[in-house]
Amino acid sequence: MSKRVVIVGGGVGGTIIANLLAKKMRPELKKGELVIDVISDKAEHFYQPGLLYMLFGLKHYEELVRNEADLLDPMVALHLHPAIKIDKDKNEVHLKNGVIIKYDILVLATGSRPAPEMIPGLKEGGNWFYEIEACRKLRHELMTFKGGKIVLTIGLPHKCPVAPLEVSYMMDDWFRQRGLRDKVDYTYTYPIGRLHGLEPVAHFAAKTFPKHGINSETLFNMKEVDPNKKTVTSLEGVTLKYDILITIPPHKGAQVIEDSGLGQNGFVPTDKFTLKMEGSTNIYVVGDTTNLPISKAGSTAHFESDIIVENIASELRNGLTPFRYDGKVFCFIETGLSKATYIMFDYNNPPNPVAPSALIHWFKLTYNKVYWLTPMGIL
Amino acid sequence: MTEEELKQIKPTVTVDARGTYCPGPLMELIKEVRQQPVGSIIELISGDAGSAKDVPEWLNKVKQEFLGVIPGDGYWRIFSKKVKDM
Repeated sequence: MSKRVVIVGGGVGGTIIANLLAKKMRPELKKGELVIDVISDKAEHFYQPGLLYMLFGLKHYEELVRNEADLLDPMVALHLHPAIKIDKDKNEVHLKNGVIIKYDILVLATGSRPAPEMIPGLKEGGNWFYEIEACRKLRHELMTFKGGKIVLTIGLPHKCPVAPLEVSYMMDDWFRQRGLRDKVDYTYTYPIGRLHGLEPVAHFAAKTFPKHGINSETLFNMKEVDPNKKTVTSLEGVTLKYDILITIPPHKGAQVIEDSGLGQNGFVPTDKFTLKMEGSTNIYVVGDTTNLPISKAGSTAHFESDIIVENIASELRNGLTPFRYDGKVFCFIETGLSKATYIMFDYNNPPNPVAPSALIHWFKLTYNKVYWLTPMGIL
Repeated sequence: MTEEELKQIKPTVTVDARGTYCPGPLMELIKEVRQQPVGSIIELISGDAGSAKDVPEWLNKVKQEFLGVIPGDGYWRIFSKKVKDM
């Protein structure tokens, strides 16, 4: 009787796990002792960090997308139908087309999405770059902007915690290049009393913002946006006027997670070391889908995937799951259009950004081109 | 509330943010206070000494209730209650 590993979600986490597992368990796959399925609602795999560059016209959509089928190992079955229900008691995933897939081991890799509708007026008054169409719209706003007030606001939770800083530094450089910087009044807001959740990164920002002419307003959590008056008001009682409101909207997890009763707002309660769903022995959770208080970032999903694959293979072969996730995260931080730094940290070691350099920026640009090797399980 | 009273509390949700540097304990608390229904009691476990000061300050600013702190060995259990919609 063959075993079946079903992965719901074809983003970076789900695709890496499918491909690494297919490599690691090739003999079992060839003998028909193992079946690996990926369920995805999208035929295309999009490199989300590329949106930061697309916003400034530095990347085209076509460079940031591949067919998911082309990225997956040929021995992995891809189902391009949305999952509408997960029945953890019967070990079943129900697809929209009526097909029911039974699993022995399930991986939830359903990700997260911006949900501007969670803040009154934000969808109408705000612009964001975390989704393709929204990014195109904001790009058009920026390209035709002649000057005025730009305000950046941040909702919680959100993915890619360094993106608000990156977009601010890049925008400063970009407006300078266009000869418009002196006509742009740019304000960066942040939910807590410093400029970033990571203390060393907050210090870095505090040191560099004056040089970039970036104003800041801390302890600012969006309460509502008035698109007619062009104002955004915080829970803390501050109102800011804007000409362009750029926002990192609060995020939600996938609807199927909520509809299946697996987690509030689509985020699944997860053990921080084993990455198994709390209370479950055969469901793993990866990337943005967990409710863990760690960065929702591609690198998080990547490092978690390595652990999940090792444990699934070990469990299927030996009945053991000895591997533990140590909280490792790695993020590049663009500090303009020509320099970058990076941070790396885990549960026991805090980050410490190095001095920005052109070399790190080029490294990031290179990674943008070779990203496809990551979901393929090569890099 | 006294430490003894805090120890009797059954929180609606507990966020263990020890060893998690990003997004950080206060950001996790803000997220939970926004997501949970009115009446919820939220326990935040933080390994960051600053949280015992930052959290009550923020709760005071947004008019939510700070219930108290139980200091542990290298961590702090911080209790709050959502008393109004936000």
